[in-house]
Amino acid sequence: MIDREEVLHVAALARMRLNEEEIEPMARELSAVLDHVAKIGELDLEGVPVTTHVAEVTGRLRPDEPCESLPREVVLAQAPAVSGEGFLVPSPQA
Amino acid sequence: MGTHVPERQPPFAERDSHLAHRFGESARMSANEMLELSAAAAVRALTAGELEASELFDAYRARAGADELNCFTWITPEQGARQGAPQPETPLGGVPLAVKDLFCTEGVPSQSGSRILEGYLPPYTATVVERLQRAGAPLLAKTNQDEFAMGSSNENSAYGPVLNPWDRTRVPGGSSGGSAAAVAAGLAPWALGTDTGGSIRQPAALCGIVGLKPTYGAVSRYGMIAFASSLDQAGPLTRDVGDAALMLRHMVGRDECDATSLDFPHEIALPSAESLEGIRLGVPEELAGEGIEAGVLDAFNAGLRQAERLGAKIEQVRLPHAPHALSAYYVIAPAEASSNLARFDGVRYGLRADADDLVGMYTRTRHDGFGAEVKRRIMLGTYALSSGYYDAFYGRAQRVRTKIVEDFRAVFEQVDFVVTPTSPTVAFELGAKTGDPLSMYLNDFCTVPMSLAGIPAISIPCGLSGAEHGLGPGGKGLPVGLQLAGPAFSENALLDAAYALEQALGFDSAPARLPASARQGAHRDGGSPGERA
Amino acid sequence: MTTNYEPVIGLEIHIQLATRTKMFCGCELSFGDPPNTHTCPVCLGLPGALPVANARAIHFGLMIGLALGSTLAPRSIFHRKNYFYPDLPKGYQISQYDEPLCLGGQLAEVRIHRVHLEDDAAKLVHVGSSGRIHASDASIVDFNRGGTPLAEIVTEPDLRSAEQAGEWLRLLRTTMRRLGVSDVNMEEGSLRCDANISLRPAGESELGTKTELKNMNSFRFIERGIRAEIVRQEEILSGGGRVLQETLHFDPDSGRITSLRSKEQAHDYRYFPEPDLVPVAVEEAMLDAAQAATPELPAARAERFQGLGLSVESARRLAFTAELGDYFEAGLSAEADPAPAPQTLANWIVADLLARLEDGQSPADSRVTPTALATLSGMVGAKQVSVGAARQVLDRLVAEGGDPAAIVVAEGLSALDGGDDLAAVVAAALAANADAAERVKAGNAKAIGPIVGYVMRETKGRADGGEVTRLVNEQLGI
Repeated sequence: MIDREEVLHVAALARMRLNEEEIEPMARELSAVLDHVAKIGELDLEGVPVTTHVAEVTGRLRPDEPCESLPREVVLAQAPAVSGEGFLVPSPQA
Repeated sequence: MGTHVPERQPPFAERDSHLAHRFGESARMSANEMLELSAAAAVRALTAGELEASELFDAYRARAGADELNCFTWITPEQGARQGAPQPETPLGGVPLAVKDLFCTEGVPSQSGSRILEGYLPPYTATVVERLQRAGAPLLAKTNQDEFAMGSSNENSAYGPVLNPWDRTRVPGGSSGGSAAAVAAGLAPWALGTDTGGSIRQPAALCGIVGLKPTYGAVSRYGMIAFASSLDQAGPLTRDVGDAALMLRHMVGRDECDATSLDFPHEIALPSAESLEGIRLGVPEELAGEGIEAGVLDAFNAGLRQAERLGAKIEQVRLPHAPHALSAYYVIAPAEASSNLARFDGVRYGLRADADDLVGMYTRTRHDGFGAEVKRRIMLGTYALSSGYYDAFYGRAQRVRTKIVEDFRAVFEQVDFVVTPTSPTVAFELGAKTGDPLSMYLNDFCTVPMSLAGIPAISIPCGLSGAEHGLGPGGKGLPVGLQLAGPAFSENALLDAAYALEQALGFDSAPARLPASARQGAHRDGGSPGERA
Repeated sequence: MTTNYEPVIGLEIHIQLATRTKMFCGCELSFGDPPNTHTCPVCLGLPGALPVANARAIHFGLMIGLALGSTLAPRSIFHRKNYFYPDLPKGYQISQYDEPLCLGGQLAEVRIHRVHLEDDAAKLVHVGSSGRIHASDASIVDFNRGGTPLAEIVTEPDLRSAEQAGEWLRLLRTTMRRLGVSDVNMEEGSLRCDANISLRPAGESELGTKTELKNMNSFRFIERGIRAEIVRQEEILSGGGRVLQETLHFDPDSGRITSLRSKEQAHDYRYFPEPDLVPVAVEEAMLDAAQAATPELPAARAERFQGLGLSVESARRLAFTAELGDYFEAGLSAEADPAPAPQTLANWIVADLLARLEDGQSPADSRVTPTALATLSGMVGAKQVSVGAARQVLDRLVAEGGDPAAIVVAEGLSALDGGDDLAAVVAAALAANADAAERVKAGNAKAIGPIVGYVMRETKGRADGGEVTRLVNEQLGI
């Protein structure tokens, strides 16, 4: 149902590396689950609306009033890599 | 047949009130005696001044420190005295609270059972934890769980599996396994868990305690590390129904920080019903027959007979789309999870793997930081949302969800509550299903439909199963859970019905309580558990 | 140069909304503050944090929709747009997909496709010697900007040239500024524009392959960028080649266009409805509030000015620069005596007053009050003062301000009516230029110049040219 190529494509979309030995089992397990869930394909759902929220509420907007921001030292405290005033990352273009 | 429904025994609440009463007159309670109290009874004892909040806190801290089931990922290093002043004036009087790891607690490790968040200290506290603390329930410990709440056995925790106190070779269920085992073993008076597709109800069932998943939106999700946003709900895991009501009372309500949270239409009442006179219980054939272990069905049916004796009317009902609920769930939940877990990218917090280019940093970090099951669900969800598959999977699943909502709406025209076994099996052996994801997913068969419909459901222990195979303490069997589900915001009625049934069943959870070896721990001041943080 | 090809251009404009706080959290918007000082669990994408939509952002979105004549969706929802980038803390952008806030609409000659709301990305500062992106190997993320409310306005491909695109974008900017929903400042990034460009043989109706020209950060660059891309495609096509659908970057320094094709895998944004937010239902009260907050817009104002008899150019000049339009209307309503003709006042503002102010100075900030200029141009219209004299008065007004009528009197600049004194001056002029007078008499009208010049010198320019000519002819008996 889902082959090695698809597994690698999806892993790339998810930015998740799979080691060589992890690829085949992943393909097998995903296929098993997908075969099972594909059963919903048998149902006739013509004209059935989708449910994204079980509770039918709308709005819930926030007044445009400032709240306190976090102190920078707190913001940066948990970061794996920091440079001066910000979070350090490998450059997207590198 | 091989099922054992224990003859009526005085349940916690009563026993406790005796205790509380007795100790009110006599001098003081021993640690063990106070640890026997349900949370509600402890509140009574505390507010009556029969018990010091700090004593109770230290007793539980010591007991938790002596944990042999791997229930906790963190135990407070604070002495009870340091938990702010004893709080007799607060509604919960200072009864300590165990909290599932995935609730953000300021300055306290909140790792959601994942390596990728190892040692993560949030700068803020989840709304629901804050509310319970304000109500007078200080934080005792953070409990072990399946990574990002994905699992039904607690074997997916990066911090090791949790053992079932009824049988340490078996799983406690999941994903709130640490919370369930801790409450069942008496290591905590009560615990906070979360339920996405059964993660409160199923471990409650496998550990012989009470677990409630509230109406979606009843409890704020702010500060809950998300698994599947449209399904996640926080709820209580407690020794009895009364405690579940008491905790829920201080959890519910609209939160400005969670757009999906709702005002609860009324206060949560403490249950008191003694009969089920005039109550109609619907048993959906789709969830109470095929696929359910025989022993579990026996205990369940014994529970139904008990309900009938209390005056309930039992009817067969139909949830035609329930058999497809699991499929819809295993599309919707992983899809939302794949997006919710995208923020774990090694930039602002948590694990980062070394790499000199960005994509390499992302892919290695997420490879090293996530466990096998989380990887599977991220892959599953990413696939289900990706172009070309969205309509066949996510789109259809959302339509199935609509049908399930309609199924329940129709059923609640005929009956007050739907009743099913909580889990198709009793607690299974560690490792029994880790090799086969699909068989693991089937554990959620009975609990997932209610999650998709966003309706409240409670699991209470209704008996034991497996005596014929000599399972459980003294070979008397392992706990079986009975699930009651009602329409949105029917929590009060649901709790009343569950309470009446619980009183009648008089399930004895004593066998799960910590053995003597660990009891010693309650007396010595169990080391400094805080070091485990 | 694109003789046999017709450019087809559509724009995607991102506008930072001028709310106080971010789109989904209470952090205050900031510009140029120290990095990472305006963040919270929500806009940092911390575990467990949840978004809540900013009511004023929705309000501004509705105002934009009304201004552009869009259909406002009674119910719209937010979607998650999933992709990985260090400036995107949650791993997805909260945007709108198939149910946006506003659909359709039109501004001037360009149709609007849609307007939707989303949250802005954070700022990536590329660490590296030259600061040019490709030279750097590490970046620093500043989340202050992250979560700023954005309105994305997407046009239909109705533009046909770089100049037209620039012109239309200016109108859009003026409109947004007039609405007060954004600073629309390209340099500060509160107005950003991408262009979709394709070419097709003139007369063809089928669209060619389009390219997307990204983030041009000034009006000059936008026009130059589009022009450059048109040339590039023109060369490819006339060389028999095929245009690739890709995202491009215009380098204003080199004027070169480079592909932005990233090393990352093909994009698949996996849009799905944001489960953390509930649908936005536009209620009557919200609509009324948006309506009430929406002022008259430049296009409409220009039409109204034309109705007053202004030329199209004058009308747009005044209406598309709000301060000029306001000054003009203040003058008209000043009940100046005599009252000026609208076109005359317009001319005096645009041609004479602006010429006497420093660049960028608004008439409102000058010493010349709208009433003063209205009065002056009124006096000119009523021939109470000659154009030349009025210009002298205006010089004084610009320098010291004051009342033009008073200045005219004080300086004795009032126009000489055709009375005896002017006749006398004319007589003197004829006497002083006898030969010129002869030639005029002989039918050479042009020869009148020196005579008129003499009169103007004598009257310090107060004489009305027409009147002088009449008197000359009269006295020469022509």
